[in-house]
Amino acid sequence: MTEIFRHKFTFTFAVLGLVMLLFIIWPLANMIFSSDPGTLWDTLVEDEVREAIWLTIYASLFATVFGLLFGVPLAYLLARRNFPGKKIIEGIVDVPIVVPHVAAGIALLFVFGRNSFLGEIFHVMHIDFVGEIAGIIIAMMFVSIPFLIDATKEGFKSVDPRLEKVARTLGASPAQAFFRISLPLAWRSILSGSVMMWARGISEFGAVLVLTYHPRIASILVYERFESYGLNWSRPVAVLLILVCLTVFVVLRYISQGGQRK
Amino acid sequence: MIEIRDLSVDLGDFNLKDVNLHVQSGEYFVILGPTGSGKTVLLETIAGLYPAKHGEIWLDGQEIMKLEPENRGVGFVYQDHVLFPHLKVMDNIIFGLRRQGRSKKEARSEVAWVVDFLGISHLLGRKPETLSGGEKQKVALARALVMEPRVLLLDEPLSALDPAGKEKVQRELRRLHERLNLTVLHVTHDFEEAVSLGDRIAVIGEGRIRQVGNPEEIFHKPGSEFVARFALARNITVADVQDGDDGGAFAIVGETRLEVLTDLRGKCHLSLRPEDILVSAEPFKSSARNSFKGKITRVLDKGSILYLTVSVPPDLICMVTRRSFAEMELKEGGEVHVTFKASAVHVF
Repeated sequence: MTEIFRHKFTFTFAVLGLVMLLFIIWPLANMIFSSDPGTLWDTLVEDEVREAIWLTIYASLFATVFGLLFGVPLAYLLARRNFPGKKIIEGIVDVPIVVPHVAAGIALLFVFGRNSFLGEIFHVMHIDFVGEIAGIIIAMMFVSIPFLIDATKEGFKSVDPRLEKVARTLGASPAQAFFRISLPLAWRSILSGSVMMWARGISEFGAVLVLTYHPRIASILVYERFESYGLNWSRPVAVLLILVCLTVFVVLRYISQGGQRK
Repeated sequence: MIEIRDLSVDLGDFNLKDVNLHVQSGEYFVILGPTGSGKTVLLETIAGLYPAKHGEIWLDGQEIMKLEPENRGVGFVYQDHVLFPHLKVMDNIIFGLRRQGRSKKEARSEVAWVVDFLGISHLLGRKPETLSGGEKQKVALARALVMEPRVLLLDEPLSALDPAGKEKVQRELRRLHERLNLTVLHVTHDFEEAVSLGDRIAVIGEGRIRQVGNPEEIFHKPGSEFVARFALARNITVADVQDGDDGGAFAIVGETRLEVLTDLRGKCHLSLRPEDILVSAEPFKSSARNSFKGKITRVLDKGSILYLTVSVPPDLICMVTRRSFAEMELKEGGEVHVTFKASAVHVF
């Protein structure tokens, strides 16, 4: 009886899981396979499309690099130290996940817009955010940084703190213990978090739309073509964006998880 | 030499309180205590890895409390080795020297003596995950020793090993200590390990040092019930000790008068080790002052050794070999004679 129950149980869960997988795969596969290769090629050779895809990729890459620079230290402190308000800070880090992205864009506009205090300071340094690539980068960074910080924090948590302690007794400074021991041992989690952050940045639309409509990133180009010319015009761009992202995503995930396979 | 003065450490659930210890240069000093008694934290505090509430720690005449761990000159070996998993054995061993700015080549030649001494030259190219427990422990020791620490702190270094590995590493530790004239501070919960390795032992319990002495003193003259129980003495009781007729003393336990040798009077703890009680089928004529007839109420089989509970009363736990038990034809419920010297009863 238990066997039958277990069998039925597994079967039911497998069917339910399959529905979810189809829900993810079907629309993407349908769009990719129903596209005419010739049209895809014609779209790819369009300057506007190539530039939009390239801009999306490297803006998100810059966002990830800044995320690493400022996010990894925060993730390390959250993983290693106990201090008052730590739970609150952990909550704050995840806020961008729940804030509607258009609202996030508006919030960023208030802080980094030309009439704001910070906007003024950056303007003096010849950095403007509205209608500029810098705006795309901060919008992407805002919405995608939780993925990097959370993954990195878990990575550091999984490194035995006594490894650092031993390193200290062997003459390593806190920085040396970090760079020689904790960072190399947590790098897969950091890379995995970076991939997630980068991928999330690429897919961003709402926050970027508010800050920088031009130059256009790929998702805005898709939206614009859909609005102006309809489905057939927007689909090839969407397909190309999906293909490029999937390729890079699969390769990086393979690298970042390779060492954990036994 | 290490001197710890009035050291207190806040551990959340409980505290290490007013720890005072004096460890001589070249001494093998063992801190013995049950799990959760704060032993590891005490070592981490000495190494500068855990903050102290107050107190002083002196190492070779230098107050080290304000020094960073990397400047204290202490070596630390954890129970489960804690080797750097991403580095090969050689890179683990030269880690400290590399941080001092030595080139790989220089560092490698500098560690040759430790590698030879511990017999681990065949392991140098391997990753820690491929080593046995004993091998890992040797590498962890080598990694600490190459820095020529002023004191070597060992946190339960044998407890993660199987019995064979344990014996090997124990021999290795004794050899290291003798040859290198190291000052060692070793914490453990294992009494036999403490007795076998320690020049002196400090017993720690509930955040306080309960007794400091050489193994003989701890074993035979525990200063409190806590220490006595920890020192495996199985017969412990409280009794009123009174003046005897001939200038000696006695204690009434149950309905039995035990002759004891002590200057203490009044309510005291008594402890009597099972191995100090002679068990015989017939009355045994000897100079021992305590000789009683009793009934075997329980037999606890521990393989080659049997623990007998003999009700005199009181109930005394005695130890006999399986062979003696068979030869004397003893059995549960049967009668037996127990004999022990007045000096075998430790009064505290």
